Amino acid sequence: MTTNSILINPVNLKKRKIINSVMLALCIVAAIITIIPLIYIFFYTTQSGISALNIDFFTQLPMPVGEVGGGMANAIVGSLVLVGIGAVMGIPIGIMTGIYISEYSKSIVATFVKFITDILSGIPSIIIGIFAYGVIVIPMQRFSALAGGFALGILMIPTVTKITEEMLKLVPQSLREASLALGVSRWKTTLRIVLKTASPGIITGVLLAIARAAGETAPLLFTSFGNSYWQTRIDYPMASLPVQIFNYAISPYDDWHRQAWAGAFVLIFLVFTVNLIVRIVTRNKFSGSL
Amino acid sequence: MEKTDKLSDKEDVLEIEDDIEESEISPEKESKNAVRTINLSVYFDERIAIENINLKVKKNTVTAIIGPSGCGKSTFLRSLNLMHDMTPKARMFGEILIHNENIINFNTVDLRKKVGMVFQKPNPFPTMSIYDNVASGLKLNGSGKSADGESITEIVEKNLKYSGLWEEVKDRLKAPALSLSGGQQQRLCIARTIAVKPEIILMDEPTSALDPISTSKVEELIYNFKKHYTIIIVTHNMQQAARVSDLTAFLYLGKLIEYSKTRRMFTNPKNHLTEDYVTGKFG
Repeated sequence: MTTNSILINPVNLKKRKIINSVMLALCIVAAIITIIPLIYIFFYTTQSGISALNIDFFTQLPMPVGEVGGGMANAIVGSLVLVGIGAVMGIPIGIMTGIYISEYSKSIVATFVKFITDILSGIPSIIIGIFAYGVIVIPMQRFSALAGGFALGILMIPTVTKITEEMLKLVPQSLREASLALGVSRWKTTLRIVLKTASPGIITGVLLAIARAAGETAPLLFTSFGNSYWQTRIDYPMASLPVQIFNYAISPYDDWHRQAWAGAFVLIFLVFTVNLIVRIVTRNKFSGSL
Repeated sequence: MEKTDKLSDKEDVLEIEDDIEESEISPEKESKNAVRTINLSVYFDERIAIENINLKVKKNTVTAIIGPSGCGKSTFLRSLNLMHDMTPKARMFGEILIHNENIINFNTVDLRKKVGMVFQKPNPFPTMSIYDNVASGLKLNGSGKSADGESITEIVEKNLKYSGLWEEVKDRLKAPALSLSGGQQQRLCIARTIAVKPEIILMDEPTSALDPISTSKVEELIYNFKKHYTIIIVTHNMQQAARVSDLTAFLYLGKLIEYSKTRRMFTNPKNHLTEDYVTGKFG
């Protein structure tokens, strides 16, 4: 850098440089503060849970109180099933609602739907659990994986809707026009051009929704309930990792505490893996070009 | 320079009446019209954008539409392929005839296949390769082959050659469309437009985002395309209008002020507004 130029006032330059350094330092500090909790959680769960992690943890059922060992195999599978039911229900509805709000935003109905979705995203998850309890558990007369998945699905809808809408709005209007001008019908334009262009962002939103649903405990407490045994039918109570972790963590047994940590570790790992796999599978060689 | 010579040679062949607005309808002349608008008006909300435009555009000519910003040039152009459908507040009145058929008889999708459009900014589909961009119209419309049984590969090659891009991209057809330069992207968009075999091509300031060399390439294309297509081009560059067009329409405040042969428009305009505009007194 040459500061010899007579056009640059050296005093001002010094002041600017100081302000610049201070601001940069503040941003770096903020960035570090952001990642510290994440790294800390990751290390702490790993450290506390790793001792209980073994083959048994992934293959065995929980042991009765007093017996050491056992695993959470049923809860791991249960969580996948519950999140799966939620995803199958919530993601298509969320994406289609997002398309409606974004592409048909001029209609009053769309404005109303957008408003309701925003409210829905602010509703505490336990309330959604109560709702699922009311509409599925009570008529069925028992807790079930279906009710749990339903609650998770509802939980996913606003997140997916919001992100879909935001991402579709980022797609330049000129691309829609380009496609329409080629004589492509509107629904094909929306599906093959607009949605495709926005897909990297939408996938991120979907993953966020899945990750959030996978970690939800409250809506499962009185819908899917939990189960100490294998359950393959979705109309019966099913174990899930968050509920199992919750039950074990509040128990007075050290062995269960260790298992709860291991469960937490597996939960984080699962979310991470799903994230990674979906990103690899849906990777578009042109993504990032938007 | 060469172009202008060619243009003046052709003028006699074009047989344009000096007074275009004269509406004596002889069937023979009618059949030469690619586009005709009758009292075309467009409103956005209550604001009038263009008012009672009567214009005839002959087959295989290039018609330039000039005028100051906000005069309704683009609005007029975009009404010809019903692009205003996307704007809920836009309302259109009057009639538009494409090859003497009223466009209310067309399905919008079919109309847009006949009346293609090239936009101001190059807008290739970012998720697609160069190849897929050219093929997009055909693929998205669901036909794996064109009517004459050509394969998509042949169509892509042919149209890239027409648009003068083939030599530059033939070795990287699978590369992302956005890896091309702006000028190449615009020619890609032109290739994409002509791949669906339109009869009329609307161009909305197609070179305003391009450098001079890319601009001259696109202008050359426009000149060559006249054999196969009818072209209507909106431009705010009067030199461009003079270079590429056979006829020029001057719009001002939503009204058609003057419409005549380009040479006449720039040398001996009838209306003082036109004269002021083409001589740069306002605009």
